[in-house]
Amino acid sequence: MSEQQDTSGPIETDVVIIGAGPAGLFAVFELGLLDLKCHLIDILDRPGGQCTELYPEKPIYDIPALPIVTGQELVDRLMEQIAPFKPGFHFGEMANALQRQADGRWKLITDTGKEFLAPVIVIAAGGGSFVPKRPPIPGIEAYEGTSVFYAVRKMDQFRGRDILIAGGGDSALDWTLNLAPIAKSLTLVHHRDGFRAAQHSVNQMRELVDAGKVKFHVASVKALHGNNGQLEAVTLQGADKSEWRHDTNAFLPFFGLTMKLGPIAEFGLNLHENLIPVDTAKFETSTPGLFAIGDINTYAGKLKLILSAFHEAALVSQAAFRIARPNEKLRFQYTTSSSNLQKKLGVA
Amino acid sequence: MKIIATDRNGKTTEIEGNDGWTVMEALRDAGLPITAECGGACACATCHVYVEEGWLEKLPKQRDEEVDMLDMAVAVQDNSRLSCQIVCSDETDGIQVTLAPE
Ligand SMILES: Cc1cc2nc3c(=O)[nH]c(=O)nc-3n(C[C@H](O)[C@H](O)[C@H](O)COP(=O)(O)OP(=O)(O)OC[C@H]3O[C@@H](n4cnc5c(N)ncnc54)[C@H](O)[C@@H]3O)c2cc1C
Ligand code: FES
Repeated sequence: MSEQQDTSGPIETDVVIIGAGPAGLFAVFELGLLDLKCHLIDILDRPGGQCTELYPEKPIYDIPALPIVTGQELVDRLMEQIAPFKPGFHFGEMANALQRQADGRWKLITDTGKEFLAPVIVIAAGGGSFVPKRPPIPGIEAYEGTSVFYAVRKMDQFRGRDILIAGGGDSALDWTLNLAPIAKSLTLVHHRDGFRAAQHSVNQMRELVDAGKVKFHVASVKALHGNNGQLEAVTLQGADKSEWRHDTNAFLPFFGLTMKLGPIAEFGLNLHENLIPVDTAKFETSTPGLFAIGDINTYAGKLKLILSAFHEAALVSQAAFRIARPNEKLRFQYTTSSSNLQKKLGVA
Repeated sequence: MKIIATDRNGKTTEIEGNDGWTVMEALRDAGLPITAECGGACACATCHVYVEEGWLEKLPKQRDEEVDMLDMAVAVQDNSRLSCQIVCSDETDGIQVTLAPE
């Protein structure tokens, strides 16, 4: 989706926004009205942050003038609203490091090595980046990336392996179905004989079990056995508390995502209980040129609401303009009556 | 109404729950390290607790939504519950819960 995939040099822009939740998305709109060009980075593979990841189907009732809107609808509407400004989207990437350049701009580097140069950074990182939940099995870290995987990037990596999948949601079931044909063996374990996943996937899984192509146990993984990051077996515990050894060399736990502050903790900002203190006039952090809006920031009276994030986005854009366009005059205009703004929105 | 809460290091504290509020809110407001990412919407499973001996039966039956959401919790046991789905009442006065690992 990103309009500029050139990896030969850094992407130069006015504002880089970390996080494509409601705060980051609406910031594109407010910054766009002031002619500031934005690029957004999000570790998720789609926009919306918590709204799409945690509650796409749930109704929200406290968005002004939208008596009811679901999480997904809100995000779809925001995407429509910001489309005229053609922001650059960089999904599936983690904003990893931030450095001040000699010319005063920021260099932001993602985990894929992509670089951005911009005078303004807006941190709209919400509760942090979404990362997979890690089951509390002793020593699991040692196997991550070699024998324990929280996502499937290349299916071929699993060909001919003895795969163990844990979980009862859509990811667990979908990957059971997708990997079964290429695995040497595939076993699914879950703490109950019932699944949150879509019914048709569950039915298909049960057919594979009946055909002897997949094994299913009501069990949980208690211990991992192996050497040098190479998993050889796990200890499974059944519903009756009996334990047995199960041979496997690829373990995929699927328990969904949770938010962790992640690399932002290393940006050298003052943090207060994993939140970034800001002033309430500009929503600037203790570091000039670095702003924070939405759930990630804190100030006296802060409410973690989408409504507040929108307000913060409007104010942040004024401050960002003064940094990105030091020689231009900021003009306050209404979208209703300014033909200049309407041109930017593509309606005039 | 009282809640006896044990954290992940085994430290037990007695905290106060408000009638009609949830156990998750009591844990959070008392400063215990419960993530409760979705704020009680039964949408994250990061308010997972183990309900101690004798208390499980006294609680109203789990809704299907909670049973499903527990599929997204790690280290689920027979006495697992989502604390945002347990409402404090006279029946739960004195309930003992332990924070599940994260
Ligand atoms: C179940 C539920 C119900 C809710 N109901 C309401 C409601 O009715 N009304 C209301 O106003 N609010 C509600 N909220 C709260 C609302 O969703 C949040 O206030 C809002 O999502 C905050 O937006 P945000 O953009 O600040 O952060 P988020 O939505 O958390 O988005 C932040 C994004 O930043 C990304 N990110 C973070 N760090 C990095 C990094 N280093 N690199 C790359 N990406 C990164 C994350 O992956 C995430 O996508 C609800 C929340 C939940 C969970
Ligand atoms: S707080 Fe999210 S499920 Fe209970």
